[in-house]
Amino acid sequence: MLTLNHFLVLGAVLFCIGLYGALSKHNAIAVLMGIEIMLNAVNVTMVGFAFFNTARPWSTYLTGQIFAIFIITVAAAEAAVALAMIISIYRKRSTVDVSEINMMKW
Amino acid sequence: MDLATLLFWIIAIVLVGSALLVVGLRNIVHSALALVVVFAMAAGIYILANAEFIAIVQILIYAGAVAVLILFALMLTRTNNLRTNSNPNNKQWWLGAIISTLVGAGIILAVTVSQYSTAHVGNAYGPYDPHSAVCQLPPNNVAYIGQLLYSPTCYSYVLPFEIASLVLLVAIIGAIVIGRED
Repeated sequence: MLTLNHFLVLGAVLFCIGLYGALSKHNAIAVLMGIEIMLNAVNVTMVGFAFFNTARPWSTYLTGQIFAIFIITVAAAEAAVALAMIISIYRKRSTVDVSEINMMKW
Repeated sequence: MDLATLLFWIIAIVLVGSALLVVGLRNIVHSALALVVVFAMAAGIYILANAEFIAIVQILIYAGAVAVLILFALMLTRTNNLRTNSNPNNKQWWLGAIISTLVGAGIILAVTVSQYSTAHVGNAYGPYDPHSAVCQLPPNNVAYIGQLLYSPTCYSYVLPFEIASLVLLVAIIGAIVIGRED
């Protein structure tokens, strides 16, 4: 029988895999892929909460799925802007290695 | 074990395995292709949780748009050693592994065995009476979400929805301004 803990543990495992990818990669696009996995983990958690929601005023019944829609929207905007920044940096510096992009480091 | 649980375990194992491939493969194009599998399997999880609309949106936006966008960015930022090791770990990868393991262990501990875990949460509102609802319950998931997002008479998320469209507009203009040649 499916329980809420199934969804929450799956979301936690996916989140820490994505966190590892975002923390441990040289390529900026690989960092972005880790962030996308983290956002998907949060979406899994949100949809799981909506599935097991027992609050009965109908307006709050699917709040988790509404959250997931807004997270998907913001993730799409974030991917577009971040990839544009990566391409712009590549055009100026000829690298996408995050350890070589240190213009803002003092 | 019923069918939904069996499907959940199959999808979850494929999902976690392909997520590990995303962070573990040596060729970054293969990582991006494994990311498509992650997105598609997450859509399967959403269907299991009765979220059909989110699953369709996930396929359209993530497995369609974001994956193609990432592949295009990989093509435009081609590094010379794509075949050998184009997705290397940095020097602090072990620190990242420790941090992510601790974060994951903390979350799993919090949701399963702590005194604040969700297994103890009950229904605070009592049994549901459909005749007391101000609005009629929509027949399916998509109509439900549409009513929650757009409804002019009932409680709805119409203002956050408009703000989300503004966010998308700003992101489009920002991506064009940042990414253009000058």
